[in-house]
Amino acid sequence: MGINTPAANTPPLAFVNARLLDPATGLDAQGGSLLVIDGRIAAVGGDVRPAKGTEIIDCGGHCLAPGLVDMRAFLGEPGFEEKETLASAGRAAAAGGVTTLVSQPQTDPVMDEPALIGFMLQRARQTCAVNVVPMAAITKGLRGQEMTEMGLLAEAGAVAFTDGVHAVADAQVMRRALSYATAWNLLIVQHAEEPSLTRGSAMNSGEVASRLGLKGAPAMAEVIMVERDVRLAEMTGGRYHAACISTGEAIEAMRRAKARGIRATCGAAAHHFALNENEVGEYRTFAKVTPPLRSEEDRAAVVAGLADGTIDVIVSDHSPQDQESKRLPFPAAEPGIAGLQTLLPLALELVHGRHISLLDLLAKLTVNPARLLGLPAGTLAKGAPADLVLFDLDVPWRISEAGLRSKSKNTPFDGRPVQGRVLRTVVAGDTVFDAAAA
Amino acid sequence: MIAPAPAAKAASPERYPHRDLLGIEGLTAEQIAYLLDKSETYVAQNRQVDKRSAILRGRTLVNLFFESSTRTRTSFELAGKRLGADVINMSAEGSSIKKGETLIDTAMTLNAMHPDVLVVRHQESGAVALLSKKVSCAVINAGDGSHEHPTQALLDAVTIRRRKGKIRGLLVAICGDILHSRVARSNIQLLNIMGARVRVIAPPTLIPAGASQMGVEVHHDMRKGLAGCDVVMMLRLQSERMQGSFVPSVSEYFHFYGLDYEKLEYAKPDAMVMHPGPMNRGVEIDTEIADDISRSAIAEQVEMGVAVRMAVLDALSERLPNFVPGNGN
Repeated sequence: MGINTPAANTPPLAFVNARLLDPATGLDAQGGSLLVIDGRIAAVGGDVRPAKGTEIIDCGGHCLAPGLVDMRAFLGEPGFEEKETLASAGRAAAAGGVTTLVSQPQTDPVMDEPALIGFMLQRARQTCAVNVVPMAAITKGLRGQEMTEMGLLAEAGAVAFTDGVHAVADAQVMRRALSYATAWNLLIVQHAEEPSLTRGSAMNSGEVASRLGLKGAPAMAEVIMVERDVRLAEMTGGRYHAACISTGEAIEAMRRAKARGIRATCGAAAHHFALNENEVGEYRTFAKVTPPLRSEEDRAAVVAGLADGTIDVIVSDHSPQDQESKRLPFPAAEPGIAGLQTLLPLALELVHGRHISLLDLLAKLTVNPARLLGLPAGTLAKGAPADLVLFDLDVPWRISEAGLRSKSKNTPFDGRPVQGRVLRTVVAGDTVFDAAAA
Repeated sequence: MIAPAPAAKAASPERYPHRDLLGIEGLTAEQIAYLLDKSETYVAQNRQVDKRSAILRGRTLVNLFFESSTRTRTSFELAGKRLGADVINMSAEGSSIKKGETLIDTAMTLNAMHPDVLVVRHQESGAVALLSKKVSCAVINAGDGSHEHPTQALLDAVTIRRRKGKIRGLLVAICGDILHSRVARSNIQLLNIMGARVRVIAPPTLIPAGASQMGVEVHHDMRKGLAGCDVVMMLRLQSERMQGSFVPSVSEYFHFYGLDYEKLEYAKPDAMVMHPGPMNRGVEIDTEIADDISRSAIAEQVEMGVAVRMAVLDALSERLPNFVPGNGN
């Protein structure tokens, strides 16, 4: 399975009778066609005339959109293959309509050296059904002290920089990283949490945590970090992105920063608009995640932030955890939700709930992250890589743990009724998932 | 305080009006040109068998180095001796400075011994100017913190002028640790005063705040920054700054900001390469370029250093304590 480099003898592919959705151009056309030749989009719209020998796929009027670009996914390999491999993550991504996985550097070894990026990319090409583009570490060993070789890492293929679920706590380190990265216009992605306020915490701070006797992470830990970071971005001219924003106040801080023209963007994880802290219930470790599930007010603020455009990107924040990491007392359990296959149906809840238009939603899952990372994906434009997702917008179904293709099944969404399902996923013209065959 | 100036002779108008040389800031183009012209005469003198003159005969020059240096201190020592002065070297090691004496007390103590010239290097910016206010002799700044190193800028200017025939209109790139460099600050000022155009090239973490208001064009891409340059000045990058705080590693720094022939191609074909020394070969400069006498002016800079320091001492001599015109030379 190639990454945008299919075999030259792959026959052309035509999608017909589709509802074409291109968030990059605002195209939303019923009954359209799209032609793929040599792994790229060769034509799109009404005037597509497939040549002889073209494989025709009748979309049955369903939605054909750019494949999802998941800007935050922990893939386990190298170092945590018991939880996930590039191969198993690729299967889950394909089933979830995700055609580009943005891997996180929190591997063993940590992605903080150019040679490791090259190695990881090669492994991904050999074993993963979808595209993998890596984020590299901001600091060596994710220790938050010394900058990595960002220039050389970017040359090796790193598309952005983050310390994963570790915040860059030291303001001087963050300042210099933001500043240094401007030499190549690189994006610095922060896990926005002031660690001195969240150390040892297990869930959101508040009444639920207090009742359960769990140490809480205050919403203010996120607010303080976002407020600080946008000031540093303003000072340095750097490009800043808060990976998973989860609180109303931090969203407000981001809104103000954007209004001032600061180069700051943010993402939100699907579980932060789909669930609130009550999901922890009686110590359900599948609801343990970082940043934690927040109050209902904060959850509603995430929805509002997505609707008004303050939140640019929706991510799965896919964090596979094996049973040994979750079947533990709540404070000792690892945080994380396996989210690749639930990303699209959870996101579509916002459309069905009339919070956001379908095109606006798709933009946050495709072209917005692609543009932030400088990727050619996320559009149906002619010449773009033929990374596509065909999905039924309305079909009702229940999420089931058993249906997850990830090596780890840590989902709090088991049994949740949702609407909208992936029918087919295509990467560079190759079908990597077909619901009919699954 | 400064002694009243002696009446200027009509034939040689007074060209350097200060008691001290604390920095390039405050000097005029005319005063700088005067110092550069004077340096040329000493270049010639230093190439003779007898390199001595007697302008400073009977005078005492004290090299007061709070920060270690071999090159600059030796250069001043030679300059003083060739002009006939008695030269004393004092370093922070083995002196009362190490025993906790304050800078001002050290200055007052020295002043009581009636030195004529104090050449001072100090690790703190502004320390040399502070010291100069407490003494009655001439003070030359041999480098204060990240502030100024005026004789380095003057010797660089002489070197450029001898190779290029002029300074005005040249495009000069200063590359490296601009943030911490006193050499960069003095050179930026001098080159601006003398009509050159200056670019600074460094990773953003090594560019000082407000750099674009210092009369320079800021570049982070070395190839773009070097394009069309007549002069390439490399700066030393200290190793403690290459371990992740300002720059992630030596290899990344050399890859993007080290001067090699490939990057030098972007400058003018006859671009000259300079370095104030001591060099980190393979960090900021490729060893072949450093040794390429057709491009590198590094050895010449050292030669000019002695001449420039003699010229500065000469220029200051008319305002030394108890100066009698026409006496001693």
